[in-house]
Amino acid sequence: MTLTADVGLRLGSLELDVAMRTPPDEVVAVVGPNGSGKSTLLRALAGLVRLDRGRVVLNDVVLDDVAAGAHVEPEQRPVSVMFQDTLLFPHLSALDNVAYGIRARGTGRTDARRRADTWLERVGLDGTHRDSRPAALSGGQAQRVALARALATEPALLLLDEPLSAVDVSAKAPLRRVLREQLAGSPAVRVLVTHDPVDAMALADRLVVIEQGRVSQEGPIAEVTTRPRSAWVAQLAGLNLFRGRAEGRHLVLGDGSQLTVATAVRGPAFALVHPRAVTVHRSRPEGSARNAWPGEATGLHLEGDRVRVQVHGTPCIVAELTPAGAADLRLAEGGPVWVSVKATEIDVYPD
Amino acid sequence: MPLAATAAVALMVLPLAGLLVRVPWSTLATELATSEAQEALRLSVVCSLGALAVAVVLGVPLAWVLARVAFPGRSLLRALVTLPMVLPPVVGGVGLLAIFGRRGLLGARLGSLPGFPLPFTIQGVVLAQAFVAMPFLVVATEAGLRQLDRRYEDAAATLGARPWHRFRTVTLPLIGPSLVAGAALSWARALGEFGATITFAGSLPGRTRTLPTAIYAGLQSRPEAAVALSVVLLAVSLTVLVVLRGRWLGAGGP
Repeated sequence: MTLTADVGLRLGSLELDVAMRTPPDEVVAVVGPNGSGKSTLLRALAGLVRLDRGRVVLNDVVLDDVAAGAHVEPEQRPVSVMFQDTLLFPHLSALDNVAYGIRARGTGRTDARRRADTWLERVGLDGTHRDSRPAALSGGQAQRVALARALATEPALLLLDEPLSAVDVSAKAPLRRVLREQLAGSPAVRVLVTHDPVDAMALADRLVVIEQGRVSQEGPIAEVTTRPRSAWVAQLAGLNLFRGRAEGRHLVLGDGSQLTVATAVRGPAFALVHPRAVTVHRSRPEGSARNAWPGEATGLHLEGDRVRVQVHGTPCIVAELTPAGAADLRLAEGGPVWVSVKATEIDVYPD
Repeated sequence: MPLAATAAVALMVLPLAGLLVRVPWSTLATELATSEAQEALRLSVVCSLGALAVAVVLGVPLAWVLARVAFPGRSLLRALVTLPMVLPPVVGGVGLLAIFGRRGLLGARLGSLPGFPLPFTIQGVVLAQAFVAMPFLVVATEAGLRQLDRRYEDAAATLGARPWHRFRTVTLPLIGPSLVAGAALSWARALGEFGATITFAGSLPGRTRTLPTAIYAGLQSRPEAAVALSVVLLAVSLTVLVVLRGRWLGAGGP
């Protein structure tokens, strides 16, 4: 399952020129500042916007090829979109919204509703809301229905436009969990668009950064975040992301290491640490920091007035120092260091 | 100002009050049960519904084209479509005669086809009413289409719905209120049509004599019958107004 897209189009003042390829089995997040062309790219992949130049190929099927005059209409593409503000049909119940795509593809009413019901169950919509109109649903519930509606047609390409932006903070964590589960369980090529780095890191394996209509950087999350190539990515990359299982004030990571955190959380969780909150030492620190571990300084990069240091250890982490601080430590690539992080500097989110 | 406003209200309300004062309440039922009244009622219902059907079948596609298809002269066409709303209906009737009359530009050639010639027939009544009533439907429907968030149709497309399927299952239900408002206004206008009907189709009892033309004819011979039929039309108008209040005013913009 792969998507190869080379999208060139002009829409108003936006000039989009993006080439991307999604490797199989990876969730791709298209990130970038507002107005950079992310949503337009998604609409182009769905066939809702015509390309001026380029080619879109999904699993060896040509969806767009401007040079050859080929364009597959949106309704003919094996593509689903979870739209930004859900765009649930206001005149249909949650169940009929989900059944809509199944019916449009020729399945009978009873069968379609039965399948829609299973999808609603899978995304965790409370059964009492099955027959509610979208207006009667909360933000989180509506997003679940929108997700179920997009999944129900069993697309080969699943596009998600800001799937978490329309819900309030309290509804985010459970919705994020549902999205992760469903994205992991879907055989489709999965591309999501977001302006929120946390969402991108929580849901995707790979980032495509778009700025002013062009790809400014692309790669696995760890690679992009350790070697940011623009101010926006640097800001995005300012975050160390850890995934694991929280047990009270301990977060046990996949590599077996543990982080002590200040907020108690239970179950799957992820933690964010700003590189500026990571202190680098020449030897084992004696201070009050709860988290300290040894490692190897594997990368030193000057970013404006900051030095970013990649420390290879258990776990790996990126630290940000002033050039003076880096000079004092006499840091060298490959040299042994210790890092420490205060528990209060770690933001934990249920995953 | 308040004085002028009072005068304005009086101007609008007094004729209605006058009508109600003259209603022969005790004999109203008998007046409406006469065969002339029954025929006019039946003919009016049939013709106005026919005109509404014509307006919907032709007017919805026209509204769609005006709202969705960009072409040179669209504004001009839009203005033209609303012309019957301000045109004196009798002028419309004269125009219909010029085209579809026995010696009209098209009428002369179509005269031998079934259903033709149109003047002084029930089809003629339907045509005259549709001419006058269709703009109301087109204007309301077009407004509904323009206010509709087209991304709903995009969503339907990505779910695999073909153009006609998404028009039927998404567009139509979402513009439903505008369409219903337009249809109600359109039907009420057709029901009350007088000028174009009498000019083009005449007032033949049992064939083309609808309620308004029956009222006009009755005024000379039996005023109490005319007043009784007028009350029927007044009641229908009030009902339509009550049903549409708010809805029409909210969605009727250009």
